[in-house]
Amino acid sequence: MGFWEQFADITLATIKDVIPIVVILFGFQFGVIRRRIANLRKVLVGFVYVVLGLALFLLGLEKALFPIGRLMAEQLTDPDFIRAWSGPSDMGLRWYDYFWVYIFAFAIGASTTIAEPSLIAVAMKANEVSGGSIGVWGLRIAVAIGVAIGISLGAWRIVTGYPIYWFIIAGYIIVVIQTFFAPKMIVPLAYDSGGVTTSTVTVPLVAALGLGLAETVPGRSALIDGFGLIAFASLFPIITVMAYAQIAELRTKRSKITD
Amino acid sequence: MLGSLRDLAPIVLVIAFFQLVVLQQPIPDFFNLLVGFLCVVAGLTFFIYGLEMGLFPIGGSMAYEFARKGSLFWLLLFAFALGVGTTVAEPALIAVAAEAAQVAAAGGMIAMEPQAQLEYASGLRYTVAFSVGFAIVLGVLRILKGWPIQYIIIGGYLLVVIMTFFAPKEIIGIAYDSGGVTTSTITVPLVTALGVGLASSIKGRNPMIDGFGLIAFASLSPMIFVMAYGMLM
Repeated sequence: MGFWEQFADITLATIKDVIPIVVILFGFQFGVIRRRIANLRKVLVGFVYVVLGLALFLLGLEKALFPIGRLMAEQLTDPDFIRAWSGPSDMGLRWYDYFWVYIFAFAIGASTTIAEPSLIAVAMKANEVSGGSIGVWGLRIAVAIGVAIGISLGAWRIVTGYPIYWFIIAGYIIVVIQTFFAPKMIVPLAYDSGGVTTSTVTVPLVAALGLGLAETVPGRSALIDGFGLIAFASLFPIITVMAYAQIAELRTKRSKITD
Repeated sequence: MLGSLRDLAPIVLVIAFFQLVVLQQPIPDFFNLLVGFLCVVAGLTFFIYGLEMGLFPIGGSMAYEFARKGSLFWLLLFAFALGVGTTVAEPALIAVAAEAAQVAAAGGMIAMEPQAQLEYASGLRYTVAFSVGFAIVLGVLRILKGWPIQYIIIGGYLLVVIMTFFAPKEIIGIAYDSGGVTTSTITVPLVTALGVGLASSIKGRNPMIDGFGLIAFASLSPMIFVMAYGMLM
């Protein structure tokens, strides 16, 4: 398929996704609120930019990132590759023989999260609302570390085969404890940052990694064990964002004491 | 443009490192890769530009108008419609629902026939869409009343944990994942602007404490509803 044909296809698909939202927005605006939108033209141009940007973004991912990312996920989880690094062994593979998989999971989780458009949006809003006290980059890096930890832990879980709900419940317990000690201001934002991490960039790559692992590790089912990585990626950012705020608070306290 | 380049640099580094150093293979199809990368950079730049021109202002101004109008019914209806409307057509959700139907069929919960799977998948989709609508309504009510978020979220977690022990094993992974897939790239900025806008236009609400949290509700409630769906079907 030619480049322009592909671009037209993806743009149409994006428009189709946006139509329900536009109908609801303008339906309520004209039917219920019944007031003219300030700078209507600017808003409409903004929508066009969003659709165009998203379509280009998806097209680029489809052309560049996903094929190579999926290929790498397959190659890294290939038992032959893993055996080449672990050395010849008659025994089955042990969990730590998969160390490149964990490193890849960590690195790809962190780097795709930095580029996640919805996280950029929330970080911009949080920065604006907090009057600059929450840095755009601070939040994005905290979330990226959370996703990275979540995905590498999730990959380890698929290899070892421990039940998924142990990890999720343990994560919840940490979140609940942190909630009582973290600065009040950060708590809702931290909860939100769990949901924003997993959209356009992260999910397809992470899903490929999970499925690749579940297919090659003996005794795992792609259908049951391949899932769950996304859940890990949305739980751990909550913990790291609260930790980020706690560390920031601790630092200001300490600098006050030394003054 | 420069910002987008910087945002994408880590991915390029990670892929290059693993491809060249770890896997020790050449980069395939370099030209397509470069074109794709330029598209991603341009796309991200446009998206962020459009965000500040279109999505943020309209989300904020509608929140302000609803707060000024003071009609609870229309605001909640709007919240529900936004939640359902943005979720029901979400491509990621359609994909997950189809896979979930396969899992259910393989686990013997429903018949192996395509018809039964199709019904199961669309039932699941509507369940998730309804749950997101419900979550946004609950989240908007929370902002209006100023309820503290942690009790609702912790209560939700407790429910998830309890249901995990009773839900069929096959559905648990999907239920956990379904929370993450519901919040798309266009929904997130819009819903965030709505929440922050509402909290800033109502007296006594702090946009930082009360404005965020809608996304958290929208990612938690599908887990509960999907497990319930798995238990009932």
